[in-house]
Amino acid sequence: MDPECSRLLPALCAVLADPRQPVADDTCLEKLLDWFKTVTEAGSSLLLLQENPCLVELLFHVLKPQDPSPRVLSFVLRLAGVFAAQENCFQYLQQGELLPRLFGEAGPLGGAAWTAPTVRSGWIQGLRHLAQHPSALPFLGDCGAVDTIFSLQGDSSLFVASAAGQLLVHILDLAMRALPQGHPNPQACDWPACAQKIVHHVEDSLRCTAAPQLTQALNVLTATFGHCHGLWTPGLWVRLRPLVARLLEKDPVPASHALVDLLLSVARSPVLSSHCDPWETLALTLSRLSPTQSGPLALGTLKLQDCPQALRTQAFGVLLQPLACVLKAAAREPGRPGLPDGAADDSVTVDMLLSSKSACVGLLCCALAHLELLQPLPQCPSPWPQEALLEAVVTVLRFCNGSAAPTSDMGGHLCAILVGCVRVQRAALDFLGTLSQGTGPQDLVAQVFAVLLEYLASPDSSPTVLKKAFQASLGWLLSSPETPGCRDLDPQAQRFLRELLPVLQKRLCSPCWEVRDSGLEFLTQMARHWGGQAGFRQVLLASEVPRLTRQLLRDPESYVRASAVTATGQLSSWGLTAAPAGPEHPGVQQSLLSELLHVLCTDSEGFPRRAVMQVFTQWLRDGHADVAGDSERFVARVLQAASRDLDWEVRAQGLELALVFLEQLLGQPGSRCPYAVAVPKAAARPLAQALQTLCRVQLFEFAFRALFDCDRPVAQKSCDLLLFLKAKATSCGTPQEDRVIPDVSSVEATLQKWQAGEHGHPLGDLEPEAVMAVLRSMDLEGLQDTLAESSDHMEKSPQSLLQDMLATVGVLGENEADCY
Amino acid sequence: MKLYCLSGHPTLPCNVLKFKSTTIMLDCGLDMTSTLNFLPLPLVQSPRLSNLPGWSLKDGNAFLDKTELIDLSTVDVILISNYHCMMALPYITEHTGFTGTVYATEPTVQIGRLLMEELVNFIERVPKAQSASLWKNKDIQRLLPSPLKDAVEVSTWRRCYTMQEVNSALSKIQLVGYSQKIELFGAVQVTPLSSGYALGSSNWIIQSHYEKVSYVSGSSLLTTHPQPMDQASLKNSDVLVLTGLTQIPTANPDGMVGEFCSNLALTVRNGGNVLVPCYPSGVIYDLLECLYQYIDSAGLSSIPFYFISPVANSSLEFSQIFAEWLCHNKQTKVYLPEPPFPHAELIQTNKLKHYPSIHGDFSNDFRQPCVVFTGHPSLRFGDVVHFMELWGKSSLNTVIFTEPDFSYLEALAPYQPLAMKCIYCPIDTRLNFIQVSKLLKEVQPLHVVCPEQYTQPPPAQSHRMDLMIDCQPPAMSYRRAEVLALPFKRRYEKIEIMPELADSLVPMEIKPGISLATVSAVLHTKDNKHVLQPPPRPAQPAGGKKRKRASEEVPDCKVVKPLLSGSIPVEQFVQTLEKHGFSDIKVEDTAKGHIVLLQEAETLIQIEEDSTHIICDNDEMLRVRLRDLVLKFLQKF
Repeated sequence: MDPECSRLLPALCAVLADPRQPVADDTCLEKLLDWFKTVTEAGSSLLLLQENPCLVELLFHVLKPQDPSPRVLSFVLRLAGVFAAQENCFQYLQQGELLPRLFGEAGPLGGAAWTAPTVRSGWIQGLRHLAQHPSALPFLGDCGAVDTIFSLQGDSSLFVASAAGQLLVHILDLAMRALPQGHPNPQACDWPACAQKIVHHVEDSLRCTAAPQLTQALNVLTATFGHCHGLWTPGLWVRLRPLVARLLEKDPVPASHALVDLLLSVARSPVLSSHCDPWETLALTLSRLSPTQSGPLALGTLKLQDCPQALRTQAFGVLLQPLACVLKAAAREPGRPGLPDGAADDSVTVDMLLSSKSACVGLLCCALAHLELLQPLPQCPSPWPQEALLEAVVTVLRFCNGSAAPTSDMGGHLCAILVGCVRVQRAALDFLGTLSQGTGPQDLVAQVFAVLLEYLASPDSSPTVLKKAFQASLGWLLSSPETPGCRDLDPQAQRFLRELLPVLQKRLCSPCWEVRDSGLEFLTQMARHWGGQAGFRQVLLASEVPRLTRQLLRDPESYVRASAVTATGQLSSWGLTAAPAGPEHPGVQQSLLSELLHVLCTDSEGFPRRAVMQVFTQWLRDGHADVAGDSERFVARVLQAASRDLDWEVRAQGLELALVFLEQLLGQPGSRCPYAVAVPKAAARPLAQALQTLCRVQLFEFAFRALFDCDRPVAQKSCDLLLFLKAKATSCGTPQEDRVIPDVSSVEATLQKWQAGEHGHPLGDLEPEAVMAVLRSMDLEGLQDTLAESSDHMEKSPQSLLQDMLATVGVLGENEADCY
Repeated sequence: MKLYCLSGHPTLPCNVLKFKSTTIMLDCGLDMTSTLNFLPLPLVQSPRLSNLPGWSLKDGNAFLDKTELIDLSTVDVILISNYHCMMALPYITEHTGFTGTVYATEPTVQIGRLLMEELVNFIERVPKAQSASLWKNKDIQRLLPSPLKDAVEVSTWRRCYTMQEVNSALSKIQLVGYSQKIELFGAVQVTPLSSGYALGSSNWIIQSHYEKVSYVSGSSLLTTHPQPMDQASLKNSDVLVLTGLTQIPTANPDGMVGEFCSNLALTVRNGGNVLVPCYPSGVIYDLLECLYQYIDSAGLSSIPFYFISPVANSSLEFSQIFAEWLCHNKQTKVYLPEPPFPHAELIQTNKLKHYPSIHGDFSNDFRQPCVVFTGHPSLRFGDVVHFMELWGKSSLNTVIFTEPDFSYLEALAPYQPLAMKCIYCPIDTRLNFIQVSKLLKEVQPLHVVCPEQYTQPPPAQSHRMDLMIDCQPPAMSYRRAEVLALPFKRRYEKIEIMPELADSLVPMEIKPGISLATVSAVLHTKDNKHVLQPPPRPAQPAGGKKRKRASEEVPDCKVVKPLLSGSIPVEQFVQTLEKHGFSDIKVEDTAKGHIVLLQEAETLIQIEEDSTHIICDNDEMLRVRLRDLVLKFLQKF
């Protein structure tokens, strides 16, 4: 600990011990504790206590018969635990009888402060820190802590209850690790008393019929097998397995969630899965749980690395069952291959599906979500019944929009339950989107496109459902095979697009802004992928979509305007623009560039302006026709607008655009990627000429202003840009510099004013020589280092923390004095 | 209690309820779908229509009338639930000998009047040069082309009524307010409740002291402009007659409004015109409100909106003055004070303009592209006919159907071939089946009665089991021209006792909590009220002739035998018999009680729960003795 902190510490301890000076801010105490943790991790706690007796005094102080504030008490309990984590320090504190008095029954445990959850939490965490060495075990036994922890498992505060469970796991692990080595699997009677006590408690709870105790015991076991991989764990599991198996015999199976977690934790534990074959229990559980309960277990099982094939098949069957039932209800048998035999006849699942709307919706949503999670994983079952799943999802979607015409009773019933159900629609569309990563036979893909079109066109589709339908459509369009030779969309996708565009057209006029927004996003994505393809261009240009998109630049909703900016920018990149026409603008043809500039200069919201900057940067990068003609003028206008912007992201994006311009003038920055193939320099102009250009577009004024921007990312970006320029200039060398040394004092004076926050002063016209002189004289590297440090690096030091805490209390003290 | 079903149209109901001694007609909707069989009535000479081959312009419009299931002159009152359900009123009040009263709320009457006025105006302003009715002859009708030859009951189609008939019919209406209790002849009480569907729309409760019938017709649970539906008062009904559900159960009104706005904007942005065939009141208020919020965001603020109807002005203004009939939000606006509907602002800012017809000012102001709201939704008469002819040829224009009453394809038939786009966005805010099932769960009527269409899925979507009423016990269904005996019997009637008669009663407690008293009184019934009055004192003997007459008039006041109550404990009874010298007594248990056998006397005493029989052979003395012994065990009063 540095001497300055040691000097401040006594005063701080005195403040903490003084109940008249309450600590207003919890986070200070947390930071203080973190600091003590780093100090004790680096050195001896004992030494620390001996060198700073005020700390021991503080620990003793809270034991005095006065009511310390719960926050301070909680802090002291945890602090004591942090110190006692080292065995010699533990002994030292034991000598003073401090620890039993803090954590034993004589301590806060019996007092009024115990009612505060923060104190109970502090007590648990203190013990958690303390229990790091074998000598802590007798202490825990002597002070009766374990029984208290048992009772805290059912605490009214969820945080306390959960921490209590974790502490039990920690103590058990500590106790079992303390066993003499060489007994890999000791008999239960040889287990330490502390461990025996905990295991007995768990056993009693497992026999208990009350759900809370049962859940607590299962959670403790889950955490044990999840975190402890000692060789003793198989012994514990073998001992408890019969009790767990007995739970499975009950109907319904109690605490099924916790049970599933436990079994998965056992199966994931490398020690357990190799020693005691959890597969049989898993298989039994899968067959015993109800369809909704077994879904998470099946998913977890399938994610296991070395699970036997038979069990995988069973688990996958559980996930597929609800969809198999749906297919059967739609009388699609004999259906596509891939679904497990007899899955559709599972009466439990069928009963569950038909029992109530909420059960049916819950089961279907879970099944769809689980399959969606599974599909992209490496553990995804193979063969994956892509066709059957596609057909099932399409059927679910048809049930949900009422377009299915089932002939069976079950189908009619399901239809009545599912029709208009937004939750299932969302889950099914999500899954349908995921399924687009695979393929399907022509007829099925045609059905997919048909059902997607129904959802996109239906006036009843909610905005979220529409968005998901758009996403799924994009997925399926992207996955549709390209026609060989001409790299165009295949005829099926082409047909879908043709039918989709009138729908999109209508959606862009929707009164609901979310719908307009997702329509525009979809359009942007489509244009990004197929902007160059003849089929797409033809369909798009024949529709009203480009014109409507352009009109949406004036939408009242800023998100929509932003999306419209991105979409028109994208369309324009591919030459897919429409001239604004219509009642408001008869005859006047305004170029898109000036319209976007207008948005940049006048829009009241940040999102559209940011979007414009991104579009402009992209245009400049791609050499867009509107820009390439006179890129100098373009950059000048954009930078001028961006420099005035109040939104820092717009300014940062302005620097991005400036960098692109620089790169085009001077060539790629070498420092960015040292291994990049050198770009031929022929395109880059001579430096002097380039600098002239940069001065003309007032890039330097923009960059210098940004350098002293109050938002750090902007300043950092500007610093990088100027450094790149400086490096470039140095490497090229400027022959004139020896001859003329321009007077830069006025420029530097202005820059200093800017640094001081006075941005009102103009920089005036700059000459390239002056700029280079300023660049050379500035300590940009130093500035870069300063900016790289986070803004609170000064305030993060422990010294500053101690001072702050003292200052806040000191102020309180002064006020107090004033009052008297 | 009987229900006579005169209409087969579930949303245009006409039922007659016979309840106690009253005959109540519930609504008199006018099914105008038969007008679709006629050619449109153009406002200006239409060369296309007049040059059609063969069957040229012929008869006037005619409407379906009621079948003669019941003599309508016997109807005591007519209860109207909303303005759409009163359009046949003149046919009933003016042509059937009806002498009763019609009950309706004020907005219903006022807006109903506007609808009738518009209808009469539409028909009368294009008088026909010739009219024919011979074709109604069945033999000739058979020769007509389809679908005319298949039209049923053509003979019952009537000409449209006149304004005079309308005024006379409306004069028979008595205005009522929500929750107002109206006594009908002392027999039943009727009460209108807010139904949430339209301005002043009501459901009705018809109840006596012990029976309650609810009539639910055209109700809505959506938050639109009218006062919300009063559900609580419908609880504890014996019978709930449920009509007027949404005609398009698969179309969600919110989605349809969105669709309406999108298509409108799309057309106008392309420089096209939008035609909205509609009624002059109702959904149009909500549409205008949506457009008010939407037009600025869609950049349509420069597009003119025209509302053309002979009653356009009155409709827009009436809507603003019925504050007490509006939903809470709109009511509070009135106190600010602001007009409850934003269409006032649209009119002020000249975005919405209204005209009585296309003639006159409209032709000067007319600017395209524009949006026109006008009638009639059937496209057979009214200004809409003109716009269909005017705009039908261009694919830039769009006609958007929002009223669900007519099949839009049939409505468009005479205008084919048509280049303009047609969008069908039916907006029907009435209850859908999900809402009905919630309502029934909430209200829990003993029996539900509804049109047969509601008890099975729509024919076009036979798998949609969710599109029908699902309740327990299953709903009773009715169809046109059917008489339904409602499934409950009246069992009680309330009778009042005059105070002096009540004073004279001496109740005796026969069981704890139950006291009885005999009453001798005269039941006096007048105006369906029953009163027990003290019996007249026996007339004093007077002259011979007079006395005889008096005895004829006054009911016989014989001394009444006392009433008996209690039960006979068999063992004690046997002991008593033995005490009185009977011997050789045998007791047998039977299913209903006991038989006491006096073998010696060859006598049998049957003791059952509610009767005791003494069977002995011609020995009256013995019987009387035994009777007295039995009576000792019973209480008399």
